[in-house]
Amino acid sequence: MEYMLLFTEPATELAKRNDPAEAPAYWGAWSAYCNALAESGIMVSGAGLQPPDTATTVRIRDGKRTLHDGPYAEAKEMLGGFFVINVPDLDAALEWAARSPSSSYGSTEVRPVLPPPAPPTP
Amino acid sequence: MDAPAAESLDATVRRSYGTLLGYLASRAGGDLAGAEDALSEALLAAVQQWPVQGIPDKPEAWLLAVARRRLTDDQRRHAVRERFSEAIQHALESAEQLAVNSDEFPDERLKLLFVCAHPAIDEAIRTPLMLQTVLGLDAQDIASAFLVAPAAMAQRLVRAKAKIKAAAIPFEVPERRDWEERFSFVLDAIYAAFTCGWQSSSDDPTGRDMAREAIRLGDVAATLVPDEPEALGLLALMLHCHARRSARVDGAGRYVPLDLQTTALWDQAMVDRAETLLRTAAGMGRPGRFQIEAAIQSAHAQRRVTGRVEWPVVAALYHWLITFTPALGAHIGHAIATAHATVPARGWELLETLPKERLANHQPYWAARAHLLAQLGRTREANQAFERAMGLCDDPTVRAYLLSQMT
Repeated sequence: MEYMLLFTEPATELAKRNDPAEAPAYWGAWSAYCNALAESGIMVSGAGLQPPDTATTVRIRDGKRTLHDGPYAEAKEMLGGFFVINVPDLDAALEWAARSPSSSYGSTEVRPVLPPPAPPTP
Repeated sequence: MDAPAAESLDATVRRSYGTLLGYLASRAGGDLAGAEDALSEALLAAVQQWPVQGIPDKPEAWLLAVARRRLTDDQRRHAVRERFSEAIQHALESAEQLAVNSDEFPDERLKLLFVCAHPAIDEAIRTPLMLQTVLGLDAQDIASAFLVAPAAMAQRLVRAKAKIKAAAIPFEVPERRDWEERFSFVLDAIYAAFTCGWQSSSDDPTGRDMAREAIRLGDVAATLVPDEPEALGLLALMLHCHARRSARVDGAGRYVPLDLQTTALWDQAMVDRAETLLRTAAGMGRPGRFQIEAAIQSAHAQRRVTGRVEWPVVAALYHWLITFTPALGAHIGHAIATAHATVPARGWELLETLPKERLANHQPYWAARAHLLAQLGRTREANQAFERAMGLCDDPTVRAYLLSQMT
């Protein structure tokens, strides 16, 4: 069963990425977590994301295309990255979510992944 | 509800929830869910009536009487299909008489503990079931502690109670020949609740503290079966660990490992109680897993008096523990204690004999491995192991500690 783990981080934590004093601890915790996931053999895919101020949001309304500078929603906590993992059940996924650094200072959402659509019948 | 009534109700619930529920359930033909409904209705009635009418002289008897009526009505309704059992009706009535006329009614919590830990109940739900029925915790709190989605936890609890009723799991204390095995299920379940609460060091004052609730369960077990040394051993073990709660994190919020903790911060009253329990248990001459684990903690507690840890004693106790429970934790503890008692290489050898495939995601193993490698001067491998331990860690203070150990 595949689950997506979505790591939500407050702005203060995201800022640590580039703070010389805080960055080693921030990245150390994340790379340890990513490596543990990878070595457990349950990792399907995923990545960290550049901060939300690098985002551009596209909308089409009444045939008109608009671009918006920034994430789709302004929020105190922001999506910092995601992984898709393959584990037997939700409890196992929750266990891995609890190990994520973001669970200690932000939050981690766990969502089952929809199975791919059935191939078209010939 | 005014404050004194609320306080009184709250105190009554905390003190007597399991006693009342066990009493009702065992007299309602094992209908645990029905008994719970009846009891919560009685509690609701108390919330509404006590502030107006005043707190009754015997709150427990009052609650029992209301719950009994509700349960009887319920059973009468079902009697359309099935002739209402006169025996149950009679039992409940005499129960109420007893409750109203005497200060004490028989404590049926031991039966509750045994029902919840019955081999026919899924092992994973035994502890949550005890916490709910004996202590009255709600599914939401239990779900958080056990890292299960709240809806799923509620569903599992309902399913387990349905099974108790449908399969007619008896509300009784088992015969002597089944006693040992069944009682060890009870103790294992209590210990599972404790380790759940123990792992999270973050002190959220509003949240339920699962470790404290587990100690309450352990207290119930030890009170009900005072001649069972393992029950005393388990309670001693939990008290020893819990006594060190405020010493596990320093003023700056950093994790402090056991052998570096400031012993003055340990809760001395709790340590003393643990020591007394352990002595009483040892006097019974039937050693077991929990008594030995408590003895290991007792050896660590001696540092408060002597200023040092007697590592050879700790190592010998771990060695003995392995003969009772060959769990990974016992082996890891043995390796670490041996490294301290002799040389790091000797501990490392012991760690190397453990089955690698079972240890891939075992955080304590990676932490132990990292420490031993660091002592052996194998810095690069130590750092790799520290990193792996960090990645498997769900406690931010421990994670920061592991990071600080890397060189």
